[in-house]
Amino acid sequence: MSLRVNGLKVHYRTLRGDVQALDGVTFSLGDGEIMGLVGESGCGKSTLGKSLIRLDHRMHHIAGSIELNGRDVPIGDDAAMVPLRYHEISLIPQYAMSALNPTRRIGRMIDELLRSRGVRPADRADELRRRLELVGLGTDVLRRFPIELSGGMKQRVVMVVSTLLDPSLLIADEVTSALDVSTQRSVAESLVEFRDRGHVGSMVFVTHDVALVHQFADTIMVMYAGHVAEKGPAADVVSDPRHPYTQMLLSALPEAGEDTGERLRGIPGTPPGLLDPPTGCRFRDRCPMAFDKCAERPPLVETAPGHWSACWKTEGH
Amino acid sequence: MNETLHVARRNPKLLIGLSVVLGFLLLGLLGPLFVDHGPNQYVGPQSEPPSAQYWLGTTTFGQDVWAQFVYGIRSTFLIGVLGGGVAFAIGTAVGFLAGYRGGIVDEILTMLTNVVLVLPALVVLIVAVAYLDARGLVVQAVFIGLTTWPWAARAVRAQTLSLATREYVDLARLSGRRTWRVIITEIAPNMSSYLVMSFILLFGGAVLTAAGLDFIGLGPTDGVSLGLMLENAVAWSALQLGLWWWFVPPGAAITAVVGSMYILNVGLDEVFNPKLREL
Amino acid sequence: MLELSHVHKVYRVGAFGGGRLRAVRDVGLTVEPGEVVSLIGESGSGKSTLGRMVLGLTRPTSGRIAFEGADVTAIKGFRAKKEYHRKVQGVFQDPFSSFNPIFKAERVLSMIRSSYFPGVSDADWRDRVTDSLRTVRLDPDAVLGKYPHQLSGGQLQRLLIARALLLDIRLLVADEVISMLDASTRIDVLNLLADLKERGLGILFVTHDLSLGTYVSDTTVILRKGAVAEKGPTRAVFADPRHPYSRHLLSCVPRLHRTWAEVDADLDRERPDPVVPPAPADEDGPVPMTEVGEGHFVGADQG
Repeated sequence: MSLRVNGLKVHYRTLRGDVQALDGVTFSLGDGEIMGLVGESGCGKSTLGKSLIRLDHRMHHIAGSIELNGRDVPIGDDAAMVPLRYHEISLIPQYAMSALNPTRRIGRMIDELLRSRGVRPADRADELRRRLELVGLGTDVLRRFPIELSGGMKQRVVMVVSTLLDPSLLIADEVTSALDVSTQRSVAESLVEFRDRGHVGSMVFVTHDVALVHQFADTIMVMYAGHVAEKGPAADVVSDPRHPYTQMLLSALPEAGEDTGERLRGIPGTPPGLLDPPTGCRFRDRCPMAFDKCAERPPLVETAPGHWSACWKTEGH
Repeated sequence: MNETLHVARRNPKLLIGLSVVLGFLLLGLLGPLFVDHGPNQYVGPQSEPPSAQYWLGTTTFGQDVWAQFVYGIRSTFLIGVLGGGVAFAIGTAVGFLAGYRGGIVDEILTMLTNVVLVLPALVVLIVAVAYLDARGLVVQAVFIGLTTWPWAARAVRAQTLSLATREYVDLARLSGRRTWRVIITEIAPNMSSYLVMSFILLFGGAVLTAAGLDFIGLGPTDGVSLGLMLENAVAWSALQLGLWWWFVPPGAAITAVVGSMYILNVGLDEVFNPKLREL
Repeated sequence: MLELSHVHKVYRVGAFGGGRLRAVRDVGLTVEPGEVVSLIGESGSGKSTLGRMVLGLTRPTSGRIAFEGADVTAIKGFRAKKEYHRKVQGVFQDPFSSFNPIFKAERVLSMIRSSYFPGVSDADWRDRVTDSLRTVRLDPDAVLGKYPHQLSGGQLQRLLIARALLLDIRLLVADEVISMLDASTRIDVLNLLADLKERGLGILFVTHDLSLGTYVSDTTVILRKGAVAEKGPTRAVFADPRHPYSRHLLSCVPRLHRTWAEVDADLDRERPDPVVPPAPADEDGPVPMTEVGEGHFVGADQG
């Protein structure tokens, strides 16, 4: 097991109280596993992604532990996280390149970044060239300015840079959401290629698009209102979803080119507010299968090998 | 809205600036009511220091400095409101129209703005004012207004350009609203803080420009202003003769009004812009 | 009902319009009452510009946009525009930017009243509002009197559709209306569009998402670089894409039940008679369309 997250609780401090964005999240990732982390806005998927590498000033680590390759990841201690970041755990942020200095050439920015992380740029120069070519970019991108690259090219440059030190864990936060479908596919395929060649260990791919992660992820974890609803092999989660939320979510998705003429149905209601969330299963107000027992929080149990679900109605309870 | 008021009440810059400006405004409005003679009348002994009867003393000619002072403040506010107001009206109208309409309208208006912007405003003012026989406060204010609007126009245009692409502006256009109404109800309210601050800066600028013109002898030929007081004081060697009460009050008043306007502006900026509140 | 023919849009860019940016190129399409036409394209395909031109928010450089026989581009004057908008309305991508943040959300409704129905009594108006809110399945108590930030994206989009329904509209331009909504609520808005279609409304559905286009539309128009790459009945276009670009798009769109590899294999196996679209002669000229099936056209290859 490369990553083990146990009972992680992270809250946002606000003037009106604590927003319980992550409330006891438990899962693990195998070596080389690409996990798609899906859910709707506000479900905590981005918070989880960030928590694995850096808590921002409003986020507070309340409880739970993270272990990477058997070593503890001290996420509550910003200083202790510094040596891990980029070397062991790396991140591709959503709008990486648009936040960068438009007056600097790409190559110079990469050199500066490497130096700031205590790495001599010359040591990795060959590897950098090789990997840029691997994702279909010539080495001449290094001499160009960010504005000269398209969104997909920028995203690939960031991908190469953030994996240059072969991190054990890569977090990709909605990296393809702003891209056109054709670029989306090539970026996703490059990520898989990097994993296959061992440039990254395991990967957490945060997205709202189940259909997309299903194309290339090994496993899918579905989150709802700060809880893990379900985690399992990608094909199983899509073809045989166990949690009612996953089932309803998947049945609300139209599919390109498949016009059955049938009406799909959305999920009535809205997710609960996390400032003062209800006890028990957080999906129960919208769940057609809810019953008395749902007032108690259902534990995440393994219903089939590697397939976990948190619902009292799933087999195994 | 309540939150803004709450923050406003606790902002020392806003409070100090506002009270100084309001204090002077009251002085200018009410002061002249309690003076029973004209500001330029020769009423008392010559060159007398401040006394119980003449609070700010008298000039070399026996004019009451206090009377000149309160009337001067009144004209200073008049210049500020009128000059700043004219500049504000032209500047926002041009800025809104250029930013909202875009295209050829924008190009023409922007060119006009840039032409006026690079005119040496003071030189034009001096030439124009010098050619007028009877110069009144109002004429002076309008001239100032006509030459100082370009930067406001540019600022408003830039803001309008970004606001005009918002979807609620399109929606208002689809709701059968006329252009001017879209500008007034959809765009202007979203930059109200910006507009208030522009007016304040234009007001301060107009007061300073007027004082400068007065000081070099191009002020109103009839009437009184703080700038004219300074000019007279210097012309009749008040500095050398030690008649400090003649030039210190008008100088201090101009500085205080304009200075507190700027402080008020910074305060408003902090109130309207939450990001600056913590600093 | 709506007919676009040979519509071009060229933006002048740079100082004094020195540069030219071609946004739309020789586009022709029709929308009939009770028909949903999806305009599908990636960023920069000109799909939103087309929507704005139909709404009269932008003028085409050349070409004709006819609504019920009358040329929309010839509509001059405030009154005529206002009458046009009584029949043609739009809903936009970002629900949060569609509402002026300083006013209550229901102001979008009262603007319609003051512009179009100044004579209607309070009670009568309230009934109309309740009616149209019910059509979009919104609870009046849940949305009236609220500020935009207090409502969800789905509620706001439905409120905007309700706003359009207060008028006697025949055509709705829906520009990426659900791309910012969550998966569990976007389908409801799509279903709502399908309901409106059943009431005889024509809908121009602008989207970048092929799966949403499939779900809701009768006719699909795929745009690329401002020109039509392929258009035809949705079924035909998706089952038998003929333009190389459409085939490429379909091979990239992520699907729930088929993997990219499977789709690639299918497309390779079923490669139809290759349609070699002629390259267009010049930049400003017409884009030739080739008919490959009933109502199914393939546009030019722009490389």
